[in-house]
Amino acid sequence: MTPEEKKELQLAAIEVREGILTSTHGAKSGHPGGSLSAAEMFTYLYLKEMNVDPANPRDEHRDRFVLSKGHTAPGLYSALALRGFFPKEDLATLRHVGSYLQGHPNMNTVPGVDMSTGSLGQGISAAAGMAKGAKLTNNDVRVYTLLGDGEIAEGQVWEATMFAAHYKLDNLCLIVDVNGLQIDGRTADVMNSEPLDSKFEAFGCDVVKIAGDDFGQIESAFARFHENKGTGRPTVIIMATTKGKGVSYMEDQAGWHGKAPNDDEYKQGMAELAEARAQLEA
Amino acid sequence: MTDVKKIATRESYGNALKELGDEHEDLVVLDADLAGATKTGIFKAAHPDRFVDCGIAEANMIVAAAGMSTMGLVPFASTFAMFAAGRAFEQVRNSIGYPHLNVKIGATHGGISVGEDGASHQCCEDFGLMRTIPGMTVMCPADDVEARAMVKAAYEMEGPVYMRFGRAATPVFHEEGFNFQIGKGEVLRDGTDVAIIATGIMVPEALDAAEELAAKGINARVINMATIKPLDEEIVLAAARDCGRVVTVEEHNIIGGLGEAVAGVLSEKLPTPVKRIGVNDEFGHSGPAAELLEQFGLCAANIAKVTAEFCA
Repeated sequence: MTPEEKKELQLAAIEVREGILTSTHGAKSGHPGGSLSAAEMFTYLYLKEMNVDPANPRDEHRDRFVLSKGHTAPGLYSALALRGFFPKEDLATLRHVGSYLQGHPNMNTVPGVDMSTGSLGQGISAAAGMAKGAKLTNNDVRVYTLLGDGEIAEGQVWEATMFAAHYKLDNLCLIVDVNGLQIDGRTADVMNSEPLDSKFEAFGCDVVKIAGDDFGQIESAFARFHENKGTGRPTVIIMATTKGKGVSYMEDQAGWHGKAPNDDEYKQGMAELAEARAQLEA
Repeated sequence: MTDVKKIATRESYGNALKELGDEHEDLVVLDADLAGATKTGIFKAAHPDRFVDCGIAEANMIVAAAGMSTMGLVPFASTFAMFAAGRAFEQVRNSIGYPHLNVKIGATHGGISVGEDGASHQCCEDFGLMRTIPGMTVMCPADDVEARAMVKAAYEMEGPVYMRFGRAATPVFHEEGFNFQIGKGEVLRDGTDVAIIATGIMVPEALDAAEELAAKGINARVINMATIKPLDEEIVLAAARDCGRVVTVEEHNIIGGLGEAVAGVLSEKLPTPVKRIGVNDEFGHSGPAAELLEQFGLCAANIAKVTAEFCA
């Protein structure tokens, strides 16, 4: 990745973050914290990694993405808008009566959403089913799913991981956003999910650990996923992140899991993002 | 009905899947380590490449089936009714029902007639659970012929379907090739004193009950209601208009099932006295299926008795 490409992605991630603030502010509710922690991942998936076409969002040969941590829909929607699946202006209608941007992803109303999610632990099973379905139909596509580190406590996550390894789904990439926080506090205190790497390894997956805000590391992790084709091993990318990343008062605060910024907070957050953009462009 | 051919509808399910699988490449079957019992093993033997055993993990199986359906496949996900509708209820609701995906759930071992395994495995709540999911089609066949036709119809329709099949061998009374239609009830015997609306393996019992009632001078109409949702309201309203009394019979809790579906339609559109026969809000227990059915009043003798009292 050239410095120019990296800068371009960093600028795009700022745009994704702005969309997250704008949509949750407009909704007066929603989940900014875990959306912001995965902003670089959403950005890279939709701008670089996945083979998708906004003009043909249901193309059967597209790559699939399932947001298993469905409450971070603002992050997904923001990336979809940036990629051109729908107008960015619509982000402000998130969670409004009559808006197609439902509080949690709805595959039947939002262009580019491949699976309706929101109930934790289920998206990973849908993604595993898609990957198995792709193999059964000789459809050479890749399937990605993003989970939270709190979500890992759902037993179904491990049912799905066992299934993925058993059926040698090397076309499946599980991404875990380890921001260390969940609604009730630190994941380590609420229900410790660590060590995640050895758990997934024991289930038969190839595990890559990265810093989730580093585009170079994201690129390398996906390169390894591509190389795993033919090995029969599902890939797990465990990314260390900061909840609320990019908005100072939200960073590493469990309280910003499911709370929207008020007018003043919104103004401040947007100003901080504008400042980050100015610094990058300088 | 001692000389009548008897087949368990789970057997019909397995046979129908195999036949459909011969014709349709997009049909896949998922099971949760019960292929021998659900009879999906019949499909597996013929089409091993399209059989996906999910192990004892029903929640994952249901949602994996949902994911497969988005890849252009028509998945039939199978396990016991207790685990398909019960354990995985929220998975069915959120990952199949809400997105309205083209997944067929083949749930075997419904009701008290599971027998010796006892209450933990005797699901008498599945109609109620599945019926409350918007857009879900809920069906239960009365015999082998209907069960096979139902599986075919489920494959051919677009959208989520829940089908309940039985463990015990029960009489086959439909003619081969009869015209099965989703959402249509079937008048098996005409009568104007009372209408008995039954589903599943209670249908042959209702027919036998009608014979007993006829001997007492009570002329009962018997309706086979294989589709519980969407309910054939027309046939229910006609029965109420013509007979003035309606009895419902199901191998299910009287709460939440066919009886309440029928009572709901009638109380709103044509208030008519209704008597619900089913499992009276209690758990089952171990024992041979036939003995249990008799004990719980899910047999011709009790249907005739209750109906006669109702008509008195």
